Amino acid sequence: MSAVSSTIKLGTFSYLPPMTREQVAAQVSYALGRGWTCGIEHVDPARATETFWYMWRLPLFGELNPVAVMEELDRCRDANPGHYVRLVAYDRIRQTQGLAFVVHRPS
Amino acid sequence: MTATYDAGVKDYALTYWEPDYEPADTDLLACFKVVAQEGVPREEAAAAVAAESSTGTWTTVWTDLLTNLDHYKGRAYRIEPVPGDDAAFYAFIAYPLDLFEEGSVVNVLTSLVGNVFGFKAIRSLRLEDVRFPLAYVTTCGGPPNGIIVERDRLAKYGRPLLGCTIKPKLGLSAKNYGRAVYECLRGGLDFTKDDENINSQPFMRWRDRYEFVAEAIRQAQAETGEIKGHYLNVTAPTVEDMFERAEFAKELGMPIIMHDFLTAGFTANTSLANWCRRNGMLLHIHRAMHAVLDRNPYHGIHFRVLTKCLRLSGGDHLHSGTVVGKLEGARDATLGWIDLMREPFVAEDRSRGIFFDQDFGTMPGMLPVASGGIHVWHIPALVSIFGDDSVLQFGGGTLGHPWGNAAGATANRVAVEACVQARNEGVAIEQNARDVLMSAAAHSPELAAALETWKEVRFEYDVVDKLDVVEDLDESVVSAR
Repeated sequence: MSAVSSTIKLGTFSYLPPMTREQVAAQVSYALGRGWTCGIEHVDPARATETFWYMWRLPLFGELNPVAVMEELDRCRDANPGHYVRLVAYDRIRQTQGLAFVVHRPS
Repeated sequence: MTATYDAGVKDYALTYWEPDYEPADTDLLACFKVVAQEGVPREEAAAAVAAESSTGTWTTVWTDLLTNLDHYKGRAYRIEPVPGDDAAFYAFIAYPLDLFEEGSVVNVLTSLVGNVFGFKAIRSLRLEDVRFPLAYVTTCGGPPNGIIVERDRLAKYGRPLLGCTIKPKLGLSAKNYGRAVYECLRGGLDFTKDDENINSQPFMRWRDRYEFVAEAIRQAQAETGEIKGHYLNVTAPTVEDMFERAEFAKELGMPIIMHDFLTAGFTANTSLANWCRRNGMLLHIHRAMHAVLDRNPYHGIHFRVLTKCLRLSGGDHLHSGTVVGKLEGARDATLGWIDLMREPFVAEDRSRGIFFDQDFGTMPGMLPVASGGIHVWHIPALVSIFGDDSVLQFGGGTLGHPWGNAAGATANRVAVEACVQARNEGVAIEQNARDVLMSAAAHSPELAAALETWKEVRFEYDVVDKLDVVEDLDESVVSAR
């Protein structure tokens, strides 16, 4: 029967299986292709539903290479074991986030 | 030179037909589709519409000479044939800005679609489009929050939002109703919705409904960690009741309320939108009665005009039709009016039924709500048509899932996220709908069951109100005129 689970979801793509590295990179490429700036945020699970997570450095202004964004996501994850890590794509023209999704969940 | 008074009836065209007039940037422009009575020349019919919707009456009156009618009158400045139609023509009319009270779509509509619609020289009349000058737009409050603010409040980015209208439409008790809401929200939807005819009936008074819905939202938020809302319908018999309900929704900490702008009226709607802006409340707008006004291709008010009026009056969501579901709305025309909901500027585009450039300045946009007979198989097309800034509003497409609301909600959410993921990867999701959905269903038994349940359902009737282009001409519509 229904496998509806009641675990914390945290936004877009929460209802899909965890993405492979290639799938995450494809979303990063999409965001960069739209002219958005990628940023990275992380937080410990106890605070996961709060609005503001920690910023991992500044947003990657001017970075057009998806590989570089993926490496930065790795650095954030490695430096913050046990944290959620989220990719945020800033659309500065419309003053919104064009995309935001959790890339790493604590195991 | 002083004017002289000449009593009697003059042809309207002498005063109100000015083919050489160049509309000013501050003029309010209107395009009417006119079918005149037999023997009435088009210029005279167009001028009559201009006169009756502005300064004119049927005869000359001496007080005309106490004012500067050349300044205040509406002018018919262009006539165009309607493609593929010998009887109807388009009349373009320019009105000076100061014919209208600032910030009042009520006043604009009272002139433009007032007495003139019963005028004897006209067989039928339809207001196809209006260009509100930016000078007028800036006098209106507009959407209380707008798309950008709503996304930030809800912390939902990069995908359409998902809703479900609770059914049966009428007859559930407040606690059973709250149960249905809770199941939808915990399953993965962002919103649930009161059906439009749920107000405060004997089987479920509004206060009881609000309390159980609030409890459902609190529980679903605690379980999922996501922000949830229910469009609490505050449409009421009086504005005092309307505000009482809105205040109670705020007291309960609810993020969004709902209103029916046409049955309740623009005055009530504008006041409510102003209240929402002051109180940080999102405002979902339903459109009961719109088809009475906008479905007949020859008489009434086109929905794109109602859309513009609502954007000026104020609302954060507006029902738009789905193109694919059970309710009327052709694709190109729908794309036209969803642009009018969301974009800061919409250029004239006859292929979408847009007759004028429309500049909304910095006025926020509204989310179009695609609602009516939609289910998981429609989602790839809906994501293509509506994009991320929309609400996909299910009903039976969530509640009718064989395992219940929560599973139905999960199926909807999985399907939308899979479509967004595939689209972002460069997949043409509408053309590859089956592949996208089936591969997502491999990881989601809820989606697999939904796909199996609704695999045969389609709504393939011809559209009654089509754009006026020759190749689309529908004989049955023309002869039914």
